[in-house]
Amino acid sequence: MGNRTSLYPVHVTMGGKMVDFGGWDMPLHYGSQLDEHHKVRNDAGMFDVSHMTVIDIEGADASDYLRRLLANDVAKLAGKPGKALYTGMLNERGGVIDDLIVYLRESGYRLVVNCATREKDLAWMHRQAEEFAVALHERPQLAMIAIQGPQAIAKAKQVLGDEWAEAIAGLKVFESFMRDEWMIARTGYTGEDGLEITLPAAKAEAFWQALAEAGVAPCGLGARDTLRLEAGMNLYGQEMSEEISPLVANMAWTVTFAPDTRDFIGRKALEAEKASGVNEKLVGLVLEGRGVLRAGQQVVVDDGESRGIVTSGTFSPTLGCSIAMARVPVATNATAQVEIRNKRVPVRVVKPCFVRNGKALV
Amino acid sequence: MSEIRSELKYASSHEWARLEEDGTVTIGISDHAQEALGDVVYVELPEVGTDLALGEEAGVVESVKAASDIYAPISGAVVAVNEALEAAPETVNSNPYDDGWFYRLKPSDPSELDRLLDADAYRGEAEEG
Repeated sequence: MGNRTSLYPVHVTMGGKMVDFGGWDMPLHYGSQLDEHHKVRNDAGMFDVSHMTVIDIEGADASDYLRRLLANDVAKLAGKPGKALYTGMLNERGGVIDDLIVYLRESGYRLVVNCATREKDLAWMHRQAEEFAVALHERPQLAMIAIQGPQAIAKAKQVLGDEWAEAIAGLKVFESFMRDEWMIARTGYTGEDGLEITLPAAKAEAFWQALAEAGVAPCGLGARDTLRLEAGMNLYGQEMSEEISPLVANMAWTVTFAPDTRDFIGRKALEAEKASGVNEKLVGLVLEGRGVLRAGQQVVVDDGESRGIVTSGTFSPTLGCSIAMARVPVATNATAQVEIRNKRVPVRVVKPCFVRNGKALV
Repeated sequence: MSEIRSELKYASSHEWARLEEDGTVTIGISDHAQEALGDVVYVELPEVGTDLALGEEAGVVESVKAASDIYAPISGAVVAVNEALEAAPETVNSNPYDDGWFYRLKPSDPSELDRLLDADAYRGEAEEG
């Protein structure tokens, strides 16, 4: 038996097919992954993301610590409590230890990191904290529910009532507010509008049930993966790893080099990589013919000699064909071929963002 | 609980086989298999005329989550394939034993059918996972 979130019993009651995910027993789907996917694109769905790790950072040096620890600069959040920032946490070689969201709180910061990387993240964060006056508090007693889709915010407001509706209406993308132990953020991992709500674990089941009654469909990790892939969002361990630089993982926008004086971990390695020339990039692939692209398949680029690799691939329920993300040589043009079971199939090479707000972009 | 039809024969790799009146054998995948795969989005079938040996890879069924090889539960020549699956692969999920059939063989050794699992034996295997 793996770790279980406070919503485990309700997943089972609702017919969730439970699978192991990074040591957690999580729902893969509740019947049809495709139906859940479409529900998020067209209406509203919800995901239990309580397995993710929440860490609060307090102390006089909290800002200095995070400016050293993270490749994006938390100084951008200064004076804007509730504002969120997406960033990589890099090693000295410029590889990605994890990707995470950092929120500025009234006092201190909150980090939300991946579940499969929890132990190494915490070990790394504690080691780096030794030189700073900071305290790290993990918050395992919190649950987290992501509500996503064009009707997600309206339905969440309906369930939460007037008292909350006004505050939610005032949220811009990547903003949040806290009330007692609840945190409501306008963030997500699907390419649709929506909220990620952190709340006391003891209250999660009642909230989940109320959302379900309001017509928010329970969705599993399967739909979460097809939705994030259509949205062109990276998944740790697929598009990113300790051996892969953010500059080749389509994360250059999350690395803040200015000011020169900020010595974040990994900076020197990334500067050297930029100086010598970044030699790979992350792209999207579209297979218009039959078949399904899968992680690990080889990408053959025009010259036939250099190769890339599919980092994530799936059937896209919205587009009705297969899509993928792939790491390829920078010189890759508008077309390539992918080897599927020893056959080469032609693919289109596109920007790695296939669907946004219900609309196809490719 | 998934449906296991008593009149069919099964391979432990989750294909079913049905002897038709004309002596050909229809092959598909079991209800248990489609359920484990999840939403099927693509089926690659053998070409008509292909000679398949027992246990040979006959095609691939892809669901949203994974690709799985399908194997020939008996040997024979492919005489028909279910072309409807090209446009409607989800039929494998909704109707695995009838409209969701994969291909039909002219068996080279009909006695191979007797060596497949009957419904009870397959149920035992499927329950073990």
